[in-house]
Amino acid sequence: MTTARHFLPPGVGGSAPGAGTLPARSGLGLKPEHFHSILETLPDLGFFEIHAENYMVEGGPYHHYLTRIRSHYPLSIHGVGLSIGAEAGLDETHLDRLAALIKRYAPQSFSEHLAWSSHGGVFLNDLLPLPYHAETLHRVCAHIDRVQERLQRPMLLENPATYVEFADSTFGEADFISEVVRRTGCGLLLDVSNVHVSCVNHGRDPRAFIAALPLAATGQIHLAGFARDVDAAGDPLLIDSHGAPVADEVWRLYRCALEMLGPVPTLIERDNDVPAFPVLLAEARKAEAMLSTFAEAGEPA
Amino acid sequence: MNVQTPFAAALLDPARPCPDGLVTWNGSDPARRFQVYRNNVIVSLVDALADTFAVTQQLVGDEFFRAMARLYACAHPPRSPVLALYGGDFPAFIEGFPPAAGLPYLADVARLEYLRVVAYHAADASPVDPTALAALLTDESALPALRMRLHPALAVLPSDAAVVSLWAAHQGVGALEEVIPEVPETALILRQGLEVDVRQIPAAAGAFIATLGAGLPLGQAAARATALDGGFDLAGALGLLLQSSAITALNPVLPQ
Repeated sequence: MTTARHFLPPGVGGSAPGAGTLPARSGLGLKPEHFHSILETLPDLGFFEIHAENYMVEGGPYHHYLTRIRSHYPLSIHGVGLSIGAEAGLDETHLDRLAALIKRYAPQSFSEHLAWSSHGGVFLNDLLPLPYHAETLHRVCAHIDRVQERLQRPMLLENPATYVEFADSTFGEADFISEVVRRTGCGLLLDVSNVHVSCVNHGRDPRAFIAALPLAATGQIHLAGFARDVDAAGDPLLIDSHGAPVADEVWRLYRCALEMLGPVPTLIERDNDVPAFPVLLAEARKAEAMLSTFAEAGEPA
Repeated sequence: MNVQTPFAAALLDPARPCPDGLVTWNGSDPARRFQVYRNNVIVSLVDALADTFAVTQQLVGDEFFRAMARLYACAHPPRSPVLALYGGDFPAFIEGFPPAAGLPYLADVARLEYLRVVAYHAADASPVDPTALAALLTDESALPALRMRLHPALAVLPSDAAVVSLWAAHQGVGALEEVIPEVPETALILRQGLEVDVRQIPAAAGAFIATLGAGLPLGQAAARATALDGGFDLAGALGLLLQSSAITALNPVLPQ
């Protein structure tokens, strides 16, 4: 079994917080409303994750608190605005901002999405879907190559939550991601909630979907809550809201993923209707308990 | 093939149809599913504006605010993925928004809220040593030519409305019903440590600080302030800057 360590550049390793990989423990998204609570209590957590764009400001409280929290915890930087799937080229100015942030905070992990969010100079603030065919494969790989070259480190690519598919796709999503990982050497951020959401939305089997992903490249797992809607046929349509606790179906799928993967750094994501810190900590503890089961059992053969 | 141009255009214009080329596993109408993306984009941008312009929202109510913010977001979507500073021209949009014409102070309250966010995220900077300033102030002949660099997290907002009192009343300071909106006020917005402070200052002090902040010499700043108000208190205005740790350089080398 290959672990995330495989994707480190040569000479990088060791324990957090310094450099190296995220520990195979649970972590939480860092929210400004929790800065004080975290620094006062220093909870036992594997890592924190930030959205890169929120910290692309010059100074003030965000950097003040992140600097302090970073001195106590490993960090994952998760981009939401690089628009790797964009038809236009990558935004080099944004890539420069990202490089500066990564240099400043030396995160153990950097990840982004298989999606696009900018077009024609406009930022649309959502993770928008791509058709999967030779042209988009070539483009996504070229963009990831450029990101990894500019940042001088490998990135993790997150599987998306989507609501529509494209008539001209010639790859399934898992095959497309496998090919991107094979060609670019990037890692996989396995968003188990996105797997559940997309598989319900597109009538797929989530376990089979996970099994078809390039699991050996998995560097991190994300778990989040979703909202329930219905489509025009009255079938369930799940919406990746990050505004609710992790659902039971997703916890079951997570267990199934851990059976295939062994313990992997796992983030509880919550970006909307953010509850008090102890509520999120309890979810992180639940993930940690499942992770420890698999750690004791050892890695799967 | 260009997929993203029609997709992006339809996201921001509800009058446009769902883009071509979308399919669903169960044959259901993709337009219903496309609506999820449209909703995500608009609602997230309106939410971002509501975070920044909380008092503006309280002044007009949620429904009015969200309708106005939605029109703004579709017409002026962000140009950068860094959303913290989204909405810089929302106050100007409010000023030209006919349904808000009955609240002439609304745009300036929005300006104040935006300047607070700018101050919150502005660069950090250390104040000058007060003794260095005190030494300079003893040489009266050099004073008119003295230039200062002010803290990046400082801004002045002169207004024809009671912008500070209106804002403060929504922070639990003073009663809203006692504010006379037509009374002109000047706001000084400044981050000290980790907190952004908003205070009312005399209009002349505002002109003085804004002129200094633009890099002009003290003599010129004082002249502008005195032209506004013959009783301008120069020592008081300098004392305020000093006490607020707002002066970060004296006679800085100016870029040519």
